[in-house]
Amino acid sequence: MFPLQIAGLRFQPNGRAILDGLDLELCGEGISVVLGPNGTGKTLLLRLLAGLLPADSGSIRWGGAAQPDGRLAMVFQQPMLLRLSVFTNVEFALRPQALTAAERRARTAEVLERVGLAHRQQDCARLLSGGERQRLALARAWAVRPRLLLLDEPTASLDPSATEQVERIIREIRTEGAKVLMTTHNLGQATRLADDIVFLADGRVQEHAPAQRFFAHPQSPAARAFLQGELPWRIAFER
Amino acid sequence: MFATLADALSLLGHFDQRLLEIVGLSLRVSLTALLIGALLGLPLGAWLAVAKFPGRGALIIGLNALMGLPSVVVGVLVYLALSRSGPFGSYGLLFSPGAMIVAQTLLVLPLIAAVSRQIVEDAWKEYAPEFALFGIRRPQAVALLLADCRFSLSVATLAGLGRAMSEVGAVMIVGGNIDGYTRVMTTAIALETSKGDLALSVALGIVLMTLILGLNVVAHYVRGWAARRAG
Repeated sequence: MFPLQIAGLRFQPNGRAILDGLDLELCGEGISVVLGPNGTGKTLLLRLLAGLLPADSGSIRWGGAAQPDGRLAMVFQQPMLLRLSVFTNVEFALRPQALTAAERRARTAEVLERVGLAHRQQDCARLLSGGERQRLALARAWAVRPRLLLLDEPTASLDPSATEQVERIIREIRTEGAKVLMTTHNLGQATRLADDIVFLADGRVQEHAPAQRFFAHPQSPAARAFLQGELPWRIAFER
Repeated sequence: MFATLADALSLLGHFDQRLLEIVGLSLRVSLTALLIGALLGLPLGAWLAVAKFPGRGALIIGLNALMGLPSVVVGVLVYLALSRSGPFGSYGLLFSPGAMIVAQTLLVLPLIAAVSRQIVEDAWKEYAPEFALFGIRRPQAVALLLADCRFSLSVATLAGLGRAMSEVGAVMIVGGNIDGYTRVMTTAIALETSKGDLALSVALGIVLMTLILGLNVVAHYVRGWAARRAG
């Protein structure tokens, strides 16, 4: 499944290129964080990798193969939760897998315990708080034992306490051997979690570097401007 | 008019046997038709919501059009099918409660299926990306979506019951309005009014309106309760 190699990826709905020849190679370990201004295609990149959208051109190779040979899961910024119990919202994701009902129940109970929602497993999922919803979505993704976990701004609009809990879970998932690729606008979170940073701007990867080096010595002008808090329109204007 | 209303209330107050028989048969026929219509219509609607096949759009348009199907047309079609020379004539169902159930089922099934299709399709648009990622197959998706939308679908089903109970044309044609055997509230109201027995008509009208109003009250509170309980 790894290295994940993306070459010349283009996505241009109605002729407007959002991703414009994106090249990227990712190894199979750690947490890679995708940073960049709004509208640069961070979420789109995750959706293309998840196979939810077709690219207009370019290629995605998974360890040299056209299709990933390991499981892939994604947690959306606003995860969709069925109007069913917390337990069922995890268990249903395991139904396509070759597991017995007892195995599905056991694995569901295990991940709910690990994300701290075991005591709420019979409650309706739609009644959870924002942080609990996101932990439930992470539990669902974790339950399928993904080799690659895609997270689209998993802590957007969460308070610091809920954010800390979600970050703890993401670290645990990484420790268990899953590769995590996530987007965020929270530079503090990127600093805390990232092993490497993928910086997107103008539809391309402007910089891909280890996190420490990226934050200490950004190489590209766009990344430097971004880290200094300059607005994307100003970057474009100055060009 | 007030004398008629007083007579009607008297019939209701004394639990008139004839009136109770008519109400009982109406409920039996309509609830049975609703049960069959829901068992077929809910999965059909949910399947149409998630399925992809050539002609799906035409099928949806046809199903939506069938929601407005005149009940007398259904009555004539079922009459032709169940008459002695028809394809199902050998079952001897014509002018029986069974024929009325068949007719009412044909009236409520498109309604339940079409409304269910719309409700489930709206949910499907939200859930499709996550279902795709987890590899949920379409039959599994249909079951999950039916469970997810159960409160909205219960309202659609109640709408089907309203359609079944309030129609008169189809049951008049296929049931024959036989006293004590196939006479239901709507056909009795039509007949008794034409005969001038307005008290019974008004009494049945009150029962019918109460039931329809009751259904709407239930539908309203089901939605409110569901919103509080399930989000």
